[in-house]
Amino acid sequence: MGSAWIPLALTLKVAAWATAIDLVLGVAMALALARGRFPGRDTLDAILTLPMVLPPTVLGYYLLVLVGKRGWLGGWLYDTFGINLIFTWQGAVIAAAVVAFPLVMKSARAAFEGVDTQLENAARVLGLPERWVFFRVTLPMAWRGILAGVLLAAARSMGEFGATLMVAGSIPGRTQTLSIAIYEAVQAGRDADANILVGVISAACVVVLLVAGRLAPGRGAP
Amino acid sequence: MMFDVDIDKGVHSRERSFRLKVSFKSEARRTVIYGPSGAGKTLTLQAIAGLLQPDAGRVAFGEEVLFDAATRVDIPARARRFGYVFQDYALFPQLNVRQNIAFGLTSGLLNPATDVRDEAVEGWLSTFELTQVAGQRPHQLSGGQRQRTALARALANSPRALLLDEPFSALDPDLRQRMRGELDDLLSRIGIPVLMITHDREDLERFGEARIYLQDGSIAQP
Repeated sequence: MGSAWIPLALTLKVAAWATAIDLVLGVAMALALARGRFPGRDTLDAILTLPMVLPPTVLGYYLLVLVGKRGWLGGWLYDTFGINLIFTWQGAVIAAAVVAFPLVMKSARAAFEGVDTQLENAARVLGLPERWVFFRVTLPMAWRGILAGVLLAAARSMGEFGATLMVAGSIPGRTQTLSIAIYEAVQAGRDADANILVGVISAACVVVLLVAGRLAPGRGAP
Repeated sequence: MMFDVDIDKGVHSRERSFRLKVSFKSEARRTVIYGPSGAGKTLTLQAIAGLLQPDAGRVAFGEEVLFDAATRVDIPARARRFGYVFQDYALFPQLNVRQNIAFGLTSGLLNPATDVRDEAVEGWLSTFELTQVAGQRPHQLSGGQRQRTALARALANSPRALLLDEPFSALDPDLRQRMRGELDDLLSRIGIPVLMITHDREDLERFGEARIYLQDGSIAQP
């Protein structure tokens, strides 16, 4: 069991960071898509939803091209700050965040679109500044949907394999997350280890999904 | 001159293209805009409230210019100080009656507390016989109580005029008759200027000191 703790801790760390990034970026983008009126809105939505349908290895390849040492963003980071993301846990965070991003964005967009704009208008005529309209009217009515999406993203991040393997590799103790450790254990014929790891990640994902199901819109009063 | 309105607005969607071109002045304490549904009544009211920006024209109340396309004046809805009662009341579903009425009294990040104490709010609760249900959420109220909550919420903000969008259309006929009487008495008592839009001839007869007829987006003859 002891051998499961290190990949579990790493997995939780990566999933937490990826989910936090998705929460901020996904909610902001969902708000822009739900309330904004600009050309190319549907195209942007489609592009941002791609990680949900593309094979994770394709995403991993794109990320290597983007943030690899010779990628245009990665090259700049390395030359300017000496930052290298490939084969690091931060690279695993980026991979997980990209893969899980559409789950937050889609749920949040649906949640925002479900908020009656008339309620926001009511707040405006009652004298509320625009920034507080979001926090006092929109968010309280949309948070359930957003949270359900965030939990799905957390579960998805915890199980991320393909893109993570390509970007962060499988360095035990540093980038070897649970799902990658399982693969390595099976490859090496360490069935007992694999059993434990599979049990741990299954239990964690079931818990997350149960919580997400309870929070999903349509259950109980808002 | 109380209401001085001259607006031009094109509304285009995939389903229909509509042009609103309305111009009227009213000195009366009670003005009714009467017309069939789809005539542009709500759009007119929203433009006056600052919830819809006209393409051209001018909106003034008393001496104050609220919108003027020529001089690029556009006072935001929150600063126009109108009390707006929406057709479906647009009560905040997650807040109780007392919080709904107190909503406009705080302009910060947080909604009023569930047990907010405020003399003015208690006064409006008792004026509208809502003290008994002050702790209930809008979905627990009767149609009449909902309407009174919406009126109380609008009035608690000390508006300079009331804008009423079909205030009785959501009520059943018996109740409609009674609420008309109640509103009539209340308006006489507090003497606040009112602009009401309706497609109900009885509202026109009862409240129409000044009468404006609207059809297909423009002023018509009765």
